[in-house]
Amino acid sequence: MMISLTIDGRPIEVEEGATILEAAKVANVHIPTLCYLPEVQAIGACRVCLVEIEGNRTLQAACVSPVAKGQVIHTNTDRVRKARRFSVEMLLSNHPFECLSCAKNLHCELQSLAYDLGIREIRFTGAKSGGRIDESSPSIRRDQNKCILCRRCVTVCQEIQSVTALFTQGRGFDARVEPAFDRDINDVACTNCGQCSIVCPVGAITEKEYIDDVWEAINDPTKFVVVQDAPAVRAALGEEFGYPPGTLVTGKMLAAARKLGFDRVFDTNFAADLTILEEGTELLKRVKEGGVLPMITSCSPGWIKFIEHFYPELLDHLSTCKSPHMMLGALTKTYFAKKAGVDPKDIVVVSVMPCTAKKFECNRPEMYDSGYKDVDYVLTTREFAKMIKQAGIDFENLPDENYDDPMGEYTGAATIFGATGGVMEAALRTAYEVATGRILENVEFTAVRGLEGIKEAMVPVEGLGDVRVAVSHGLGNARKLLDRIKNGEANYHFIEIMACPGGCVGGGGQPIPVTNEIRILRAQALYNEDAHLKYRKSHDNPSIKKIYEEFLGQPLGERSHHLLHTHYTPRSKF
Amino acid sequence: MSEEKQCQCAEIQEEELYPRLEEVINQHKGKGEDLIMVLHKAQNLFGYLPRRAQEMVAEGLNVSLNEVYGVITFYNFFSTVPQGRNSVKVCLGTACYVRGSQEVLDKAQKELGIKVGGTTEDRRYSLDVVRCIGACGLAPAMLVNEDVYGRVKSPHLVDILKKYE
Repeated sequence: MMISLTIDGRPIEVEEGATILEAAKVANVHIPTLCYLPEVQAIGACRVCLVEIEGNRTLQAACVSPVAKGQVIHTNTDRVRKARRFSVEMLLSNHPFECLSCAKNLHCELQSLAYDLGIREIRFTGAKSGGRIDESSPSIRRDQNKCILCRRCVTVCQEIQSVTALFTQGRGFDARVEPAFDRDINDVACTNCGQCSIVCPVGAITEKEYIDDVWEAINDPTKFVVVQDAPAVRAALGEEFGYPPGTLVTGKMLAAARKLGFDRVFDTNFAADLTILEEGTELLKRVKEGGVLPMITSCSPGWIKFIEHFYPELLDHLSTCKSPHMMLGALTKTYFAKKAGVDPKDIVVVSVMPCTAKKFECNRPEMYDSGYKDVDYVLTTREFAKMIKQAGIDFENLPDENYDDPMGEYTGAATIFGATGGVMEAALRTAYEVATGRILENVEFTAVRGLEGIKEAMVPVEGLGDVRVAVSHGLGNARKLLDRIKNGEANYHFIEIMACPGGCVGGGGQPIPVTNEIRILRAQALYNEDAHLKYRKSHDNPSIKKIYEEFLGQPLGERSHHLLHTHYTPRSKF
Repeated sequence: MSEEKQCQCAEIQEEELYPRLEEVINQHKGKGEDLIMVLHKAQNLFGYLPRRAQEMVAEGLNVSLNEVYGVITFYNFFSTVPQGRNSVKVCLGTACYVRGSQEVLDKAQKELGIKVGGTTEDRRYSLDVVRCIGACGLAPAMLVNEDVYGRVKSPHLVDILKKYE
């Protein structure tokens, strides 16, 4: 039923049950918010979205107040402006003013609000509740001095990811966002997915930065510094430089990487193609030889840590394939080092990823298969943009450049890895042709595309029968799938799981903000690239054929087994 | 030595309580919404909420341990340290405060060697603060178990505490 009401003198009609905040959007009225997070949280905690409703004694929080018939709402009265400003002043009274040196400087919602509301002096001073800096994790940095207790991180961790690594502890002045017993985040069941760092409105949760380490490597003349980037990066990096979401900036990104001083620019997509051959072969082997099914993808290190903590009894379902950037790291320090005549001890591999979990992953003790640390540093998309800005590079006017051989060639199958369902689609393209020996005419498996939480499809493959697959993104959806496997209710052959909602395009290291609309636009950019590429199936990639001929032998062969596959570690759920 | 002995006794008794907690949890298996109720029962069993009990509740009710701890630290009723045999409560209500109860509290913390919310190692005393016990005419006031003491001056404190074994 439609309800009519008036906002700032403008009569509008909205669906019953809508909030005042939603109604205001219809009326093109902007109401400032802080703790509110579309699609995730509306709790009315911060008191920034206050509005005046005629006949109501007190101001109401627009994000949680449903509209009522005939309401007359004012969003811009003196009383409203003063109340909003007061709310933010109270938050500032407990905030450390380290804005100039904060990682979120100029990207901070509290900062923007203080500006928008015209706060010119700090009226309230006194004791600050303070908090600690937790740098225990290689992925996430938490500075609790800056926390404003908006609870966005708690909600996203609990309700979207079903992890609850953080919770509000204590009350009143002692309230703080911490794990139980105030343990370090690296000591609890945290997946490092970094969704908390995406939603934190201030600088209380950010990725652990390795920018200075990378600069140091670049500046060291004895080091040969190789950079690789994941597909989701090129679909989002542009946003940091003012391009609309969904703009592919591959060519400029590569030119920027060379200007920064990297010696070689490889594509994680190359390794994604490699993953498909290794993982596809592994799947066919399991199906034919009666191995553990369903087999589940292993590209997403946040997902890997999730299953290690919460479902260690299902670890045998994981593919043993390393994530693509780890494969590329191991190959850079073996295959490439030999080919280029560079001593692997002098090579530094830097991965630019949409991901915070990969920072933890590259430090896992099993990721030294080249004889050295396979990937030295992982930078997020955001950190890479910061480096480009630090170097004063005029991104917009860069020429388009290409990847370097021998690990720069890629197919459309690889580039869609960055979106939920992409790995599955890529695997199906190859598995079909390998299993049947026939050409697959229509390569687009649209049933596994899009933002539905759990997607299912059945693909008839001659010689194998019907292949049943499922795809999920966001760890809450992964949990649902795993419970079904545990209860024997899932008879799939193959499952793709990505830790972050939307897959890597919505990764914890991506430009902020991330909404469903933005996830869709970024994914679309990757699907568009796929549609226009000459090769769209991983096994057609000439460079992949070459590396098997020259170096690896065959998928699941001895060298592959040693360099491209891994094992997993059961961990505690506490 | 005698102190150590007492401590062990307490632990042995505690060990015997876990199967009983298990029974309680089984009645609420997988029901996260019963968390506060189960924590109440657990605290009644142990007198406080040891970490192991928190982990059992988290596991049994299918709630994150981090959330369980969040609920425990939110409510004043719950305690994560064992309670002493005697509960010492210093009133910090307005009347007591202006008549110097902070000084009494400081002295109590110093004498007992614990902070507010803590329990002495021999579990003889627990120390807490309260906000008004309705004895403002006797300010500053304090409670030991059920006994009210009025017009407490910090030098008296040791004599009062000594009475309780």
